[in-house]
Amino acid sequence: MAISAVSATTLREVPPPRRQRLLEDERWLAFVLLVPTIALLGMFIAYPFIRGILLSVTNSRVGMPGDFVGLANFYKIFNDGIFRTSVYNTFLYTGVTTVFKLALGLWLAMLLNRNFRGKAFTRAFILLPFIIPTVLSTFAWKWMFDPTFSVLNWLLYHFGLITGRINWLGDPDLAMISIIIVNIWRGVPFFAISLLAGLQTISPELNEAAAIDGAKPWQRFWHITWPLLLPVTMVVVLFSVIQTFADFQIVYVMTGGGPANATHLFATYAYQIGIGTGLLSEGAAISLAMFPVLFLVVIIQLLYIRRVEVR
Amino acid sequence: MIEGARWRKWIFFYVPMALFLLFLLFPFYWMVITSVRPDGELYRPWNSINYNPFWTWKPTWDHVSYLFEETLFASWLWNTTFIALASTAISLVCGVFAGYALSRLNFPFAGSLGTGIFITYLVPQTLLFIPLAEIIRNYRLGDTPWSLILTYPTFLIPFCTWLMMGYFKAVPKELEECARIDGASRWQAMLYIVIPVAIPGILSAGIFAFTLSWNEFIYALVFLSSPEQKTVPVGVTSELIRGDVFYWGPLMAGALLGSIPVAIAYSFFVEHYVAGLTGSVKG
Repeated sequence: MAISAVSATTLREVPPPRRQRLLEDERWLAFVLLVPTIALLGMFIAYPFIRGILLSVTNSRVGMPGDFVGLANFYKIFNDGIFRTSVYNTFLYTGVTTVFKLALGLWLAMLLNRNFRGKAFTRAFILLPFIIPTVLSTFAWKWMFDPTFSVLNWLLYHFGLITGRINWLGDPDLAMISIIIVNIWRGVPFFAISLLAGLQTISPELNEAAAIDGAKPWQRFWHITWPLLLPVTMVVVLFSVIQTFADFQIVYVMTGGGPANATHLFATYAYQIGIGTGLLSEGAAISLAMFPVLFLVVIIQLLYIRRVEVR
Repeated sequence: MIEGARWRKWIFFYVPMALFLLFLLFPFYWMVITSVRPDGELYRPWNSINYNPFWTWKPTWDHVSYLFEETLFASWLWNTTFIALASTAISLVCGVFAGYALSRLNFPFAGSLGTGIFITYLVPQTLLFIPLAEIIRNYRLGDTPWSLILTYPTFLIPFCTWLMMGYFKAVPKELEECARIDGASRWQAMLYIVIPVAIPGILSAGIFAFTLSWNEFIYALVFLSSPEQKTVPVGVTSELIRGDVFYWGPLMAGALLGSIPVAIAYSFFVEHYVAGLTGSVKG
């Protein structure tokens, strides 16, 4: 149908204008098609990146251009106790949540990979934490962790596990644990659905053959499912590591970095310094301090994808 | 044997599945119940006697009407919808074009451009928001929806491109060549032959981009300042809290109502969304 629509056009009769002849050249067409993308990405990613580097070596504040100060900002933040805590927190947060998200996500994916009634329905509902705006769902968690009206405290109290209240967000360690729980909650669906897609590409005959040969369920998982799932797992983990490492929303809503700046991550501390107190250049330096780690993860991911493609 | 199998199925399937569902869905239940519960019941200490926090016999619309009468919630909803639709449209056009060029045309630097776009896909918003805030101010875009409509595509285009490349690669070359023999120009062959075949991919990319831009937070938080310009996530965060006082009823009602549009969009296109999600990871 589409083809007849094209041949019906009057294209043959009228000689094509110059513009159209240019578009017949593959290179020109590619150029025209890519211009909008390159312009937007250049203007709002490449240019800000360079501006960020330039900003981080000045002492500019909001409404004040500032002078060149070299690496003074970086020197300053590396000697800043709160920044060091944020670095520690960010690594802890990324490490712990990734392990849990992978383990729980894989478990959930294997549960979903069975046949049961209401499977499509369940799968659709499971993704909700991932699609609902993170800030909004984090408020529900903050309300559940409320010091006075916490429903979790109510549950623990009525099950006889606690006698006094737990001040979830008031204690630095508990606050960090709460934040980690929310991140795991938000990330498990993403891991589960992506890994489920990977699991569905593994032929069930492999597992059946191994079962006939007497392999136990655990052996089948370890020697068949896991190695075949590894490429998908790698990509999902690296992707999630980047997002978690640069996370902002959950901490911003849950604690705002508190109590006493104990739960900051790179991004929330950069926001507090750069936007909150208006020290633009120092904030830019804190943000950029994330870059080496992100860069490393991206390189690993690129190399890994290339290796998989070559194979 | 059969008795044993049933017992096993409970331990290894139903119980863990139920626990997962409880963990993943309880916060939403809590959102719903809080938003219809009167203030008198809401602020009762957790250890008071004869208090059941999981149900209310006196549901109220007070929180929802507060939201629409006392705050700018309606404008926030409209702003978010407009911004999400506009940035999704821009990203789809750019992503489809770029995906077509990168997957079906031969030109110099195609490989490195593809890699470059993939790398921008992995750049988190929190890396660039401070210099970007300055640039937005210099372009005089601050506090307008355009500050977001133009910047959201930076994280939407890369994955739209990535996703569309996968779909375009699957369209056989012969289809396009047939059209060209019939006299179609390259441009026409792309527009009328290849792109229609890839419509499922465009839907996936579109629904995924829409939810991502609806959920975006840090750019909206930094670039917008006046209450009537804000998006739902930012408005709820900044306007429903006064100092240390949280208006939990309206807050949860706002969270719920702010989630419903994405939830509806998602429920119509679950399969496309899942395809977009897994496609965006695997490429």
